[in-house]
Amino acid sequence: MDLREKARQLLESGEVKAVIGYEKGTMGARRPVFVKKAERADRLVLDGDCAQNLATYLTRPEIRKLGRVAITAGPDALRAILQLMAERQIEEENLLALAGDGTVELASAQAIEEHLALAPKELPARDRELLERLGKMDRAERWAFWQKELSRCVKCYACRNSCPMCYCGHCTMDCNRPQWVPVASHALGNLEYHMVRAMHLAGRCVECGDCGRACPVGIPIHLLTFNCEESVHQQFGQRAGASSRLDYALSTFRPDDKESFIR
Amino acid sequence: MTEAFEPKITAFVCNWCTYAGADLTGTSRIKYQSNVRVLRLPCTGRIDFMLLAKAFARGSDGVIVSGCHPNDCHYTSGNYHARRRWMIYRNLMDFMGIDTRRVTFSWVSAAEGARWAELVNEVTTTVRALGPYTEYKELALTGVE
Repeated sequence: MDLREKARQLLESGEVKAVIGYEKGTMGARRPVFVKKAERADRLVLDGDCAQNLATYLTRPEIRKLGRVAITAGPDALRAILQLMAERQIEEENLLALAGDGTVELASAQAIEEHLALAPKELPARDRELLERLGKMDRAERWAFWQKELSRCVKCYACRNSCPMCYCGHCTMDCNRPQWVPVASHALGNLEYHMVRAMHLAGRCVECGDCGRACPVGIPIHLLTFNCEESVHQQFGQRAGASSRLDYALSTFRPDDKESFIR
Repeated sequence: MTEAFEPKITAFVCNWCTYAGADLTGTSRIKYQSNVRVLRLPCTGRIDFMLLAKAFARGSDGVIVSGCHPNDCHYTSGNYHARRRWMIYRNLMDFMGIDTRRVTFSWVSAAEGARWAELVNEVTTTVRALGPYTEYKELALTGVE
């Protein structure tokens, strides 16, 4: 059985109201598709070019009001789903994840956790290299690196919109009275925006790297959240997306948290 | 001849410990460097990470964040939460190339008047040696704030 047949079955039996997957876009690209009728299941494709993390749609009101949906999900999307469950943003019973080649049904958080345990998370080689390069730089060089990169940011908010963990109805970035972060795309505003984005995702980012992929000018912004995630892992010993029952690292504490810089 | 550089230090302090401690420094007639501007907030847990960035953007050369010692929080756990946040934020600042030597985190209790004076003196001396934070000031000049 392949994904299309599986989707057709699920929709015909009424088990799910929609299947979120990928279809062929222009120029050989893949784009998300929301299949609600069994006869449209033929549009679905699933191959190596399907990179986008579709879990970002699960918290959208249009999808939520549909009821139970199925979603084709790679390891990153599965992690995002677990994290969204941990944050009480989606309900277990409203979701069916289609993993692997699209035919492996994962109907519960436990099934997803077990499935993920088989494939440990690894950073893409390009990101690892860049992180190493940044680690070897001194502070002033890192400052110059980020200033140069962020100078290209046009504040399109594609990084925010592509992120499955950015689901607030009201975003502080859109708030202009009082204006906490300058809206204009200038050096200060760009630095502050990306700082806020990284901190708001610290302990919640599942490291899918979709923000970096969504960036139209190719700024490696995903490294900022990766850095926060690495600190959380090293200092508090947990990784976002590991379980559906995870406490948000920054809203909890241990009296014996170890640091070396507070005097 | 240009004037000697005097750093501007912004201190975000908690109402219950460090502010009272700084008050005690004054009532104890302890003299210390006058470069610090003290901003009082209800709790270290109430100090948003962006306030530190805002301080630099508005011309600070150094920042102090200070609250109650662990276990002494007026709200039981505000300082513990803050501590976790600073652990992550400090790494991020360093990763983005912000000079973490200019940010000092500390615990100063209401009884430690002398320690507050010592802390401010130390930070002022360090930041004076580092010089003005021109990198960030140039950045802020590009802003329209």
